Amino acid sequence: MTEWLERHVPKMVLAPSFVAILIFVYGFIAWTAWVSLTRSRLLPRYDIEGFIQYERLFASPRWDTAMNNLFIFGALFIIVSMFLGLMIAIFLDQKIRAEGILRTIYLYPMALSLIVTGTAWKWILNPGLGIEAVIKGWGFESFEFNWLVDPNMAIYTVVIAGVWQASGFVMALFLAGLRSVDQEIIKAAQVDGIPTHRIYSAIIIPSMAPIFLSAFIVLSHLAIKSFDLVIALTGGGPGYATDLPATYMYAMAFSRGDIGQAASSAMIMMMVVFAIVVPYLYSELRAKND
Amino acid sequence: MKTTSVFAAGAAVSFFAASFAVAGPEAEVLHYWTSGGEAKSVAVLQEEFKANGGTWTDMPVAGGGGDAAMTALRARVLSGNAPTAVQLKGPAIQEWYEEGVLADISAVAEAQGWADVLPDSIAGHMKCDGTWCAAPVNVHRVDWIWANAEILAANGIDMPTTWDEFNAAAEKLQAAGIIPLAHGGQAWQDATVFETVVLGIGGPDFFKRALVDLDTEALTSDTMVAAFDQMRTLRGYVDDSFSGRDWNLATAMVMNGEAAFQIMGDWAKGEFLAAGKVPGKDFICASTPGDGYLYNVDSFAMFEVGGADKQAGQALLAELIMGQKFQSVFNLNKGSIPARTDVALDGFDSCAITSAEDMASTSEAGSLLPSYAHGMALRGASAGAITDVVTAHFNSDMSSEDAVQMLADAVANSM
Repeated sequence: MTEWLERHVPKMVLAPSFVAILIFVYGFIAWTAWVSLTRSRLLPRYDIEGFIQYERLFASPRWDTAMNNLFIFGALFIIVSMFLGLMIAIFLDQKIRAEGILRTIYLYPMALSLIVTGTAWKWILNPGLGIEAVIKGWGFESFEFNWLVDPNMAIYTVVIAGVWQASGFVMALFLAGLRSVDQEIIKAAQVDGIPTHRIYSAIIIPSMAPIFLSAFIVLSHLAIKSFDLVIALTGGGPGYATDLPATYMYAMAFSRGDIGQAASSAMIMMMVVFAIVVPYLYSELRAKND
Repeated sequence: MKTTSVFAAGAAVSFFAASFAVAGPEAEVLHYWTSGGEAKSVAVLQEEFKANGGTWTDMPVAGGGGDAAMTALRARVLSGNAPTAVQLKGPAIQEWYEEGVLADISAVAEAQGWADVLPDSIAGHMKCDGTWCAAPVNVHRVDWIWANAEILAANGIDMPTTWDEFNAAAEKLQAAGIIPLAHGGQAWQDATVFETVVLGIGGPDFFKRALVDLDTEALTSDTMVAAFDQMRTLRGYVDDSFSGRDWNLATAMVMNGEAAFQIMGDWAKGEFLAAGKVPGKDFICASTPGDGYLYNVDSFAMFEVGGADKQAGQALLAELIMGQKFQSVFNLNKGSIPARTDVALDGFDSCAITSAEDMASTSEAGSLLPSYAHGMALRGASAGAITDVVTAHFNSDMSSEDAVQMLADAVANSM
């Protein structure tokens, strides 16, 4: 009996969450995939019509803009956040005074909701209210900083706000990583008279590779599912210049009664996520098997 | 002890008796009128319904300009438990009808003679395949242009009656250091301006061919190019920080004398009136340059419900919505005009009276047209596709020819 329990209790305990995930994650992915192959409008319909929704999606200039924005925003957001996060972490790691307070200050933006971040930056970047107005008020009449209303530059304002929000979090990740590096090696290097920047670039940073990977995965999924930041900061505008796939999907599903389009765009978003996560999982699993 | 239980039983009996007694017309109403004046307006209907012995279950869903309410509706319909009446408008009514979930209220409509008191084109929206399935509440006019009276007088400008006159006036104002056009850079506001420009430049027939029938020839015509050219010109009359501005802030700019004109539906009037401004004296309302009338009609669509109580409630609701009293009181609160043409307009302001007169005359002339920007003319996907092009053009340096080509492609792709 105890043997039977030992063998089956873990399965029984895991079963409910397994079933829930099976239905509510994979079941609904399958449902979305199905709907993306239909001509659903207001309500879902289930007669398969082929790839018409995907053809419409790829013919839509707005979707093009949304995907381009995702790549611009994603790449800059991840790279800049990681770079700034790493730099702040390294500077904080110099056994400075008041580190606790500084760390909290840098980490604090993460505590804000993205809606708050977006709204605050909307005011800061608004040419009539924020930075531009202030500097003009100081007498620099020719100063211009109107990225928020310039359709070619607006996506970079989303990057600015996103980086402001996320780099403190990345800093915390890296700081933990820096602290976990074996101090003996660093001391040995110092004894050998190796300059500090070489210690970082040749010893500490390479030994933090797993942290880089975690930071990358966390930031990239934040980038792909970004929605509230854009809604609060630009509302997708000017025009639809700062649309992201998530805001496109929302507009199709909830404003336009075009569920088929929404489902097909959701499938493409999922494929983008898979393109990032699957190699990661693969490398993780392979490492375990070795 | 015993007396109490007898007492309790008696109370229970009388409670049940009471609840049987009130069983009568029932209605659950899904709407998104949740802000100040709107909530007050819908409360009028609620009270009237109760006064007629009905039980009203209010289901207000705020947010997203009705998007949240539509999501709630979708969930209710999919679970087979539709509300009695839902605030829906335009072709969305027919879209829901095609899903097979709307009720037929022709009995009420015919008994009350709706066909005789509604303008034909508005009555058309309330019918599904020849039967009545919705009741109209109000008519908002979309093609209004609002102006600050003081600025116009100081600069010697009359209300423009053509777009060329408007451009001339705008140049003059710009030279005087006043923002000619207060505008908020949100897609729907861009679309609102665009449709008034199309109506003004192309005329009612062109408007109908292009933005109601989606005729490709009209969409790619030179007239449409001219409309986009005018949009480009208007872009020059808007201040730099217009992106994302809400419409009521743009209205405030006109009120405060920062800007001269705003193109916006007659809900803007509510902002002026709330600030104590007087029509004709502090601000001027006029139709945008050109002929025609673009309407935005709110209505309640009636959903298929089971049970005699609910059906009775539905019939009573339909009757009250179209009643003279409700149409008058509701629209006084909301700033729109009654959909019925036979309601006395005592107490309405001069803008509303102009609106009602124009509605009657344009209905005669066949130029009473549905607003595309407010979801009256087209289904969501097509209207959205057009708005995408309009807003992309307005917010970039795209040429009018490219915009017209994009427009035709987007419309074809939205089918």
